[in-house]
Formats: sequence, C-alpha cells, structure tokens
Amino acid sequence: MSIFLDETTRVIVQGFTGRIGTFHAQEMIDYGTNVVGGVTPGKGGERHLDRPVFNTVKDAVRDTGAEASIVFVPPPFAADAIMEAADAGIRFCVCVTDGIPAQDMMRVKRYMRRYKREERMTLTGPNCAGTISPGKAMMGIMPGHIYMPGNVGLIGRSGTLGYEAASQMKAVGIGISTGVGIGGDPINGSAFRDHLERFEQDPDTRLVVMIGEIGGPQEAEAAAYAREHMEKPVLAYIAGLTAPKGRTMGHAGAIVTSAGESAAEKVEILREAGVGIIMRPSEFGSAVAEALEKL
Amino acid sequence: MDIHEYQAKALLSDFGMPIARGGIAYSPEQAAYRAKELGGEKWVVKAQVHSGARGKAGGIKVCSSEDEVMEAANSLLGRRLVTNQTGPQGKLIGRLYIEEATDIEREIYLAFVLDRTSETIVCVASAAGGMDIEEIAASEPDSIVRVQIEPAVGMQDFQAREIAFALGMEASQLSEAVTALKACYRAFRDLDATMVEVNPLVVTREGRIIALDAKMGFDDNALFRRPQISELRDKSQEDPREMNAADRGLSYVGLDGNIGCIINGAGLAMATMDMIKHVGGEPANFLDIGGGASPERVAKAFNLVLSDQGVSAILVNIFAGINRCDWVAEGVIQAMQKFDVPVPVVVRLSGTNVELGRQILADSDVDLITADTLAEAAEKAVAAAESHEATLAG
Repeated sequence: MSIFLDETTRVIVQGFTGRIGTFHAQEMIDYGTNVVGGVTPGKGGERHLDRPVFNTVKDAVRDTGAEASIVFVPPPFAADAIMEAADAGIRFCVCVTDGIPAQDMMRVKRYMRRYKREERMTLTGPNCAGTISPGKAMMGIMPGHIYMPGNVGLIGRSGTLGYEAASQMKAVGIGISTGVGIGGDPINGSAFRDHLERFEQDPDTRLVVMIGEIGGPQEAEAAAYAREHMEKPVLAYIAGLTAPKGRTMGHAGAIVTSAGESAAEKVEILREAGVGIIMRPSEFGSAVAEALEKL
Repeated sequence: MDIHEYQAKALLSDFGMPIARGGIAYSPEQAAYRAKELGGEKWVVKAQVHSGARGKAGGIKVCSSEDEVMEAANSLLGRRLVTNQTGPQGKLIGRLYIEEATDIEREIYLAFVLDRTSETIVCVASAAGGMDIEEIAASEPDSIVRVQIEPAVGMQDFQAREIAFALGMEASQLSEAVTALKACYRAFRDLDATMVEVNPLVVTREGRIIALDAKMGFDDNALFRRPQISELRDKSQEDPREMNAADRGLSYVGLDGNIGCIINGAGLAMATMDMIKHVGGEPANFLDIGGGASPERVAKAFNLVLSDQGVSAILVNIFAGINRCDWVAEGVIQAMQKFDVPVPVVVRLSGTNVELGRQILADSDVDLITADTLAEAAEKAVAAAESHEATLAG
C-alpha cells in the first residue's frame, strides 16, 4: 500500500496543455500514473496527449471520475485553480507552482474550511516537487527512477534534497512507500503532521523520514504529534544550520523570524520529542538503515 | 521587498493613519528648505535606510534651527549607517526625511504580521513601546496583545477597540485609535504586505495618535500585481551581488565564509552548507541556481561566486533529475573554460546518468576535483580552500 496515490488513482492535470504541464504530464504517464485527462479553460473538447481536455474541473470529474489533480497553473492564477479542484470534489491535489502570493494561500486555506473535514481535499504544496508512490504512480516533477519501492515514508519541503535522500536510501537498498513533498512556501496546503498521521495508519510504512528546514512552526508541531500519537519511528533532518536570522534562503518560507525557527532549535525540539535526528545530510542512507535494523 | 520609513508612512496615511508632517531631502539645502516649509521650532532629521534601530546608530537627529538641520543633513548624507541590523558594511544614507517634532506622551508598539501558525494576519501590540518586540517579549511579555484577523471578513471594529483598550487608550482617543489600527490592517491586506510595523505609535501631549516610525515589507511573489510598490524599490539599499543574482533569476545570500557554493534547489543548498560546516569549513554564500541547472545558469553562478573576493574554493553540487548529469557536466566544463577560474573547484554530481556525467568530468582538460558523495565533496572543498590560501600566503 501507499498513501494518497497508486497506479489506479485517476489523475487530472490542471494547466494540461501548457509547455510545463505537457512535459510533466508525459513523464507521469510514462512512469505509470493513471492520467485520465486535463483541464485548460477554453480548450474543452480537444484532445491532448491522447486524453480529453475539459473546460472545468467539475466537467473532468464528472466524465472521468478523477480523484486527484496536479496543478501546473502560473502563480497569479494558481490559488484559483486549487479552489476549483477543492470545489469539484478532488480528494488529493498537488500544486507544483512556485511563486503564489502568501495572502492568496491564506485565502485558499480559509476557503477549504467550508468543506467538512472528512470531505476536504488534501493539498500538498505549493512550491513542491510532488508525491510519488514508487513503482506505482507519480504526481510531480521528480525523476521517478531514483526512488525504490519499499517501506519508508518520506516527507520533505525541498525537491532536490528529497531526491538526495531517496537516492542515498536506494544506494543501500532501502525503498520508499510514498514520498510526499509539502513545499517551501510559508503557507502550504498540508504540513508534516498531516502526513505523519497518514503514514502511521499505512500498513506498508514501517518508518518515516521527515526533511525540514529553518522557518515556521511545522517541524515543532510534527514533533509534538510524533511524541503523542506515533508508534512508528520518525527520523528527521533539518536543513539550514548556517542560515543567518532574517534572511530568506531560496524558499519563501525558509526564513528565521522568531524563536524556535532556527535549525538548531528545531533539532532540539524534535530530539526532545523522541524523534531520531539525522545530523548530517550525508547520512540519510546509513541512519535509516540503522533505524530499520532495530525494528 | 522593503521600503523606506517615509514611503511606508505615505502608504499608511493613504489608508487613514495619522502621521506627522514631513518631507524628503536629498541634499543639505533641501533639508533646510524642508524645515522652513514645515515651520515650527523643532525638527527631526531622519536617515532613510532599510533598517531599524537607526536612532541608536546616530541616524536620527533632533534640530532646533535651520542651520542645525543643514548641519545634521550634511553629516548624514553620503555616509553609511551601521546599525545592529545592517551588518558591518552598513547602508548608504542617500535621502533624509525631515519631520516636524512631536511631543510624546507615551509610546506604543504596533505590528501586523502574517502568522504561520494560524495562517492569518495577526495584530501584535504592546503598551510598552519604543523597544523592539524581542525586548518587549523578554522584559514585559504580559503587555503583548495578539489578535487574529479572520481572512474572510477582515478586521472588525470590536477587535480594534479591544486592542485600543488593552493599550490603555482613553474614550476620547478611541475612534482615532480604531482608524489607525484598521489603516494598518487594510494597507497590509490591500498591498500584499508581509509586515507592517509602527514602532512607536505615539500618543502626543495633546492626546493625538501618530505613527512616529513605520516599516513595511512586501511579498515578492505578489509584486506582479503591485506595480505601485515595485516603484518604491531603492536599489542602493540592497547588496549588489544579491541584486545582481535576483535579476538573473538566481537566489543568492552572501555570507562570511570562504567556500563558494553552486547548488540546485534551496533545500540541497542549505544541506550542502550544513555539510561544509560539519567538516570544519564556512560557506561563502547560499546560491540556488534552480532545479534545472542549465549551462547558462551554471555560467551565471560561476560569475557571481567569483565576484566574492573571499572565496578560496568553489563547491558545485548538482542533483540532476529530469536534466541528466552528462548535460550538467558539459555545462560545468563550459562555464569553467569561459571564466578561467582562479580557485580550486570541487564538483559533485548525482542523479540521472551519474556515471556518464562523472566520466565527462574525468575526461575533460579542465582542472577540477571530483567527488562522489556529499561528505567527500565538502571535505575536499575545505581542504582545497586551505591549501589554496596557504599557496597564496606564500
């Protein structure tokens, strides 16, 4: 099993016919993802990549039974696309778009509260690499072949650092149940905590690795959740030991503005909650191997 | 993006925030003329730099005659103001704000921020103004009032009244206080700010409420719809290398170490810097060249990192996903041939076609050091920087 996504999940692409949407939709199809169509307003009725194009997400859901959507819509229009997906009954949405205004995301989060919790769409991202259930399906922009199928759940903010971790694990024969990118923005759809909960319930996940970074409260929230609610071991790496206070390190959300947001403080909070700390980014493979042996 | 005090005051004033009268000056003559225009007997000459704590650093001078204004302006303009927020290089004082002096009864701290825990705009205020919020949190934490604003309906009058009463406002000041608070909130929301700080907001001897200082920061991701904010950008306040990088689509932060970093992806960049630190080195910069790592971007990155005189070695760490390592390797070699790099370069590639990429690096005539793992790359870069510095020292 895996969380959110497997080879049967019916996926649509919002921003299907654009250059970036087309390229990554093809990569996803090649990996084995069940892409059933896409949405580009005004191009409904056309076919693209041998699949139907719809004007609205509701049309796509009605005709294809789509459950999941990936958003490749440019920043000024991405928040709108996410809300459209939520309203059409999509259950799982990946937003890859980098550069959405923070207040747009604030309004998206507020908007989504109009749906009952059990009916509410799970949003990952924005500004993330996507989600992959190795060997089954991929919704994102990651190179699929670096992920080996297996039993480790992976949650991370960064794309390339997540790839680094996955390939280090693959090199020592460790595979991943699902890899979830939550993105580097200050306000994101879902946090480490939300996915820890899913992995705790997933019978095929034995251990969870979270890759956090400086800025924001989500690593500390995850620490509290892991301590109180998790049986499965959690390992964490926090990037940004050398980051100066008040400077944005690439990701819009990677900025230390208040107490508890630096890498050293987050490491301490996680350690106190019983989360295993991966001290160096060169030790993803060895640390996970060691933790798995103890199980 | 940050703006100057006088710009923030003008924006807040448009939304109804009361401010003192004042004007901008680019020369001592203009400063003296501003004082004359404003009239009165006392003025404050304020250095306009993108930093707080200007008063403590000598950037704010109270003057009692036009001559004194002229003199103060003369001593400030063209200087670099070093505050506890600017770093040792300070920031250039290119313009001054001349303001009529205010008789202060008491000082209040007021700010609106985007709170990542509640994912709402939050008002933070304290009757213990005049200090920065960290100092207030340390010395008088109980004085801090925090109010969340519901995004769907915005700030309500009752919330503004609650804050005003908590700040000790009197009944006669209530309506002015509510206007001031709502002005900050509306400016924050309507202009896509990330921060509005009025510190201090003062109650004058006459019982009026005035923003004595103002600071605003804006969401770079929202500038596409805020051209009126983009116009306020003052490039003289930005680090030239960071500005240069941003204009080329690269994300760069200069640091004090000696190992230049060229990496794709923000998380991997931070992790690589951590690794350098773990093996005893210090990174010279954060640099994210973007996920794709195209040859053009690699070349721009070399150009940028080499402009830092403190760099004694360069560490290139690229994870090639969709873009294969062989393609990235060719790009690195081209860039190095183009720039005739005077410091040792360590290159570590990983991801798609990694064997082929490493082979291309090994077969090239370019003088570079290769590494297979992240740890090896950091160790080699630190060692290379040390030996390069030893060679230079003779």
